[in-house]
Amino acid sequence: MVDAVLVWRRLVGAQIRSQLQYRLSFALDAFGSFWISFIDFLVVLVIFRNVSRLNAWNVHEVAFLYALSSITFAVTDMLIGQLDQFPQKIRDGNFDILLVRPRGTLFQVIAGDFALRRIARVLQGSIVLAYALSTLTIHWTELRVLVLLVSIPSAVVIFSSIWVVGACVAFWTTDGGEFTNAFTYGGTAMAQYPFDIYATWLRRLLGFVIPLAFVCYFPALYVLGKPDPLGLPRFLEFCSPAVAVASAAVAGLVWRFAVRHYRSAGG
Amino acid sequence: MRLDWEIAKRGWRRYAAYPWATVAGAFTNTIFGFLLAYILLAVYRSRTDVGGFDAADAVTYVWLSQSMIMTVYIFSWWELAWRIRDGSITTDLLRPLNPQRYWLAFDLGRAPYHFLFRGLPPFVLGALVFELRYPSPLDALAFVLSLTLAVVVSFGFRFIYNSVAFWLLDFRGVVTLATTVVVFFSGMAIPLRFMPTALRDLCYALPFGSVIQTPVDIWLGKREGAALLGVLALQLFWAVALLAIGQLVLRRATRKVVVQGG
Repeated sequence: MVDAVLVWRRLVGAQIRSQLQYRLSFALDAFGSFWISFIDFLVVLVIFRNVSRLNAWNVHEVAFLYALSSITFAVTDMLIGQLDQFPQKIRDGNFDILLVRPRGTLFQVIAGDFALRRIARVLQGSIVLAYALSTLTIHWTELRVLVLLVSIPSAVVIFSSIWVVGACVAFWTTDGGEFTNAFTYGGTAMAQYPFDIYATWLRRLLGFVIPLAFVCYFPALYVLGKPDPLGLPRFLEFCSPAVAVASAAVAGLVWRFAVRHYRSAGG
Repeated sequence: MRLDWEIAKRGWRRYAAYPWATVAGAFTNTIFGFLLAYILLAVYRSRTDVGGFDAADAVTYVWLSQSMIMTVYIFSWWELAWRIRDGSITTDLLRPLNPQRYWLAFDLGRAPYHFLFRGLPPFVLGALVFELRYPSPLDALAFVLSLTLAVVVSFGFRFIYNSVAFWLLDFRGVVTLATTVVVFFSGMAIPLRFMPTALRDLCYALPFGSVIQTPVDIWLGKREGAALLGVLALQLFWAVALLAIGQLVLRRATRKVVVQGG
């Protein structure tokens, strides 16, 4: 485990150094993604120009949801977002190289995929979070701080698990990579809004089967001290870390199953 | 004309070659359609009208715009930029055919493929779940015309921002930013009718409103008679203007083209 962390740090460090070689390119890229990520938040503001509440949620509370979803998604995107290009590895046969190296394939795929420029989006989300926290009156307790702090890595693990399971589709259909987008990009979009506005079937499917409700809806209810409009049991508000562990386990199993059924495309 | 037709067929075939990518993309558009529909419906719990749209208009808007995403190709288009960067553009310039005409014909062959296979399936699914609005025969005809113009306007803009690669090796940031502008100002992210009046009027006047909001307005019967002719004329104006600007940019660029090896 310690060994894996050390290898990861070296691999990621090398990538960061190489990505910083082209400074102008890096700056332009980061600048572009910083602004594009503001679109979603502008949409939130435009919506609240027309209404003062979405169900029982005001603009500051939705901004809080938005920020949590954006930050955790952006961190995931930075860590493993290049998995979007994973089908390419299957198509051109480069996945075979990973099979002969003395480390797990998933570990190698993840460690080879760091994209520092995505830090711009983490920054954008953090700005919105700062705005939301400055406008909300939250009665901070130690437990609330803890729930907020724990919810961030939990959400990153949940998003990562979705991404990994999505990438596995490529083992069977080499050009179906876009399926993942529905649950990654679609997932963060969904989590940016309160879950009680969605229809029941959509909530069940994307909120619980794919556990997006645990990304920020449940932790946010607890931190904001809001009664759950859906009237679900309150212990769910503490379940994000457990759900994260379970998601990671499922993702690991699916990946293993997929690799065992992998047949090289040659090349 | 014959040549354009042959190129257009290649545009169709290029995208028809990846059926799973099409299925997966249509699936993603469908999920986004559901999310946006429920988000906008939540707005209509406390409103009956936003900028002339009622709830049924807004939901129809969501499914139509999701269906149009790929037809007008609103997301980043890099093909020309990459050809400029890797030097392939020199072969294009040697041919007795203007590159802009080539890519326009290619795009007009691509668009109907995406309309049928990326656009129609999500729309049909949306129509099964939600109460949508449908156009009169005349509006339907005007919608097809308007959508075609929207493809040309979008293409004209894509051609221009891709040409940046002639001057800038690092075009990624520019392309991303250009895409951002279109997604927001076309009404793709949120109907222009939800925006403050001044901003909305600006978006309608700029070429971006012509890409998404105008065809949808026509479908919903919000533009009749002289107003209908007016918005179609504006679309035509932007289509011609952007193509002309693209042509100017191309002429400028070819005078100074420097090929990176190759």
